[in-house]
Amino acid sequence: MRMRNIGIVGAAMCALVQPAFAKTIAVAPGDGAQARLQEALIAAEPGDVVELGAGRFSLTDGLSLDVNNVTVKGMGAKLSILDFSGQQGAGEGLLVTSDDVVLRDFGVENSKGDGIKSKGADRIVYFQLRVEWTGGPKETNGAYGIYPVESKDVLIDSVIVRGASDAGIYVGQSRNIIVRESIASENVAGIEIENSFDADVHDNIATHNTGGILVFDLPNLPQMGGHNVRIFDNIIVDNMTPNFAPKGNIVANVPTGTGVMVMANRNVEIFDNVLGENGTSNIMVVGYRFPHNDPKYDPLPRDVVIWDNQHGRAGWDPKFRGGKEIAAAMGGSFPAIFWDGAGGPTKAPIVSDTVSALSLGLTDILADPATASPVPLAVSTTRPAALPAIKLPDSMEAVVR
Amino acid sequence: MMRWLLPLLACFATAVATSANDPEIAENMIAGEQNPPTLSEFGFFKGGAAHPSSQMIPYTLRTPLFSDYAEKQRFIFIPRDGVVTADAQGKLVFPVGTALVKSFGYQDVETGNLNILETRLLLHRANGWVALPYVWRADGSDADLRVGGTRIPVSFDLHGAKTSISYAVPNKNQCKQCHSSAEQITPIGPIWQNMEFPRSGDAARFTRQIPTLASFAKWARWDDRDPHNLQDRAHIYLKVNCGHCHAPKGAASNSGLFLDGSATDAASAGIGKRPVAAGRASGDLDFIIEAGHPERSILISRMKSTDPGIAMPELGRALHHAEGVKVLEDWIAAMPPTVH
Repeated sequence: MRMRNIGIVGAAMCALVQPAFAKTIAVAPGDGAQARLQEALIAAEPGDVVELGAGRFSLTDGLSLDVNNVTVKGMGAKLSILDFSGQQGAGEGLLVTSDDVVLRDFGVENSKGDGIKSKGADRIVYFQLRVEWTGGPKETNGAYGIYPVESKDVLIDSVIVRGASDAGIYVGQSRNIIVRESIASENVAGIEIENSFDADVHDNIATHNTGGILVFDLPNLPQMGGHNVRIFDNIIVDNMTPNFAPKGNIVANVPTGTGVMVMANRNVEIFDNVLGENGTSNIMVVGYRFPHNDPKYDPLPRDVVIWDNQHGRAGWDPKFRGGKEIAAAMGGSFPAIFWDGAGGPTKAPIVSDTVSALSLGLTDILADPATASPVPLAVSTTRPAALPAIKLPDSMEAVVR
Repeated sequence: MMRWLLPLLACFATAVATSANDPEIAENMIAGEQNPPTLSEFGFFKGGAAHPSSQMIPYTLRTPLFSDYAEKQRFIFIPRDGVVTADAQGKLVFPVGTALVKSFGYQDVETGNLNILETRLLLHRANGWVALPYVWRADGSDADLRVGGTRIPVSFDLHGAKTSISYAVPNKNQCKQCHSSAEQITPIGPIWQNMEFPRSGDAARFTRQIPTLASFAKWARWDDRDPHNLQDRAHIYLKVNCGHCHAPKGAASNSGLFLDGSATDAASAGIGKRPVAAGRASGDLDFIIEAGHPERSILISRMKSTDPGIAMPELGRALHHAEGVKVLEDWIAAMPPTVH
């Protein structure tokens, strides 16, 4: 009797979560995969699952999903493969423009532009995905692997991204974000949080990129003023892949051998990470050092906290203008942590890590790095009040539990 | 006897004329919930694409969107008793039951006949606009709904040379990608200042219904040769070809590059603006538009590329529009260089 009651309650709860008549639309690889899969993504109704069979879907064009509350689920990141090698049109492999979408358990290979983009797609979950340019780092690879933009509530969990000619995982102009348990390798930027508010980036591995994890804010965009970003418990090692981004691109300015780079954000915490084997530096905090004329934009980084990280080797081959000279002056090596000095002492990052840490003293945001006059950064023992952890809606966490 | 027979005969004649030359357009199909699998169910065409119903108003655009040099035929169907209005920008506002019908095709290399490949519909239903692509059968007898889009190999004469491309019919979502504002589907083309009506009487019908239309100045034609309106032509070309996505509520809102005429400063119009999410499409260049230097402007290099990861616009671009790009190059070259 008791059990039966539990069963009824359980069924009732399921009914609450799952809309009536939710169905699974199975799509197999093979002839006509492009049209069949795209038609399934259009025919899907809220609550439905579009299930990708095992095998390789050879696609000629980008795919898109514009229906709320749809799950696209494969058999596994290496088993169900959306292959865009023959792509002839569209700017990305898969584009999502609807809310409450779950993407899980499939792979995306060799898209001509971005891998998976979601725009204005709130409460999106990226889970157990693989986005890869299989030839490794190449300038001709697509820009971003996983690319949510203009979205609220973003979860990226247990994905692997390799070979992006810009950022492997890129979250832009969004808010309330978690990127965790993921691997970014052989991209220009491993993970990048840009012009975004409230993000936790934790328990990831960023390795063999040009730069491991970037937190940027750029001018002339609808959402600016990036803030409240926590980078913790990540392994950020050996990011020595020579920068293969085309010039002009903001990440083309990331020096090869960068661990973490914070540009023009406020309230960023970098703590409990393992960093090492990054030839330029493990952690750098810099201003946006390009001319701009956006009165609403603040190019200075401020309120950055660097706390309790473990540092391995860094700074033996600094790849930016003036870097070699500073390294020589310091006895051959660039510091594990540096701040460019933008905005003067009140903007200095608060550092507890007991490794070499420098200010370059470039207070003027437009000063030439070659004119740096480095001074050590003070070590702090008092940690400022911590940022709160990011909390996503329970419905999103339930997907990956 | 003749007194009552004559009107009867006249009635009969009208009925015959309607059924022979004027297929009745199925208003219930336009406004209904279902998407018919074949185009013929709407009654927009009699037999084939070459025979549009005279119940539709044909129109052309002074500056059209480039789509791989396809020729386009555009029609509006307005339901009986439907009232058309216009917004403050001259965009026509259509009643529920309206259909915008647009066919795409190429001249046959051998016969010179226009071979229509697809017809796209925008249907105004009670809960908003719906975009549907129909692909004509090889025999031209009817067109089938293809919500997933398709590709069709096409050969045509371009500047005296036979050119072959894989022509892309957009899928239903891609229709929305361009035709969306704040995530709602919306028509793009029917803006009064850009419209011309080949059939006599049609333009007057609109201005009679909407007197304010008469106050709008017509837009420049992008291919006008008058050197004095180069800036106007470039602005209109960008507005028509880029502004549907590059708008504050459009699909490219996140770029911060606004080409719909809404930009209030140089950077948001692209001048001296650095790329954001262009990736490799930035092509070793620093600015979207570098005044005085079309060869150093990302906007130009992307409009010249046919690589899907680089090309702009993203759709209908197996080829690049050499003549349109030339207008933009001339315009950028004529800009006084500025310090960025």
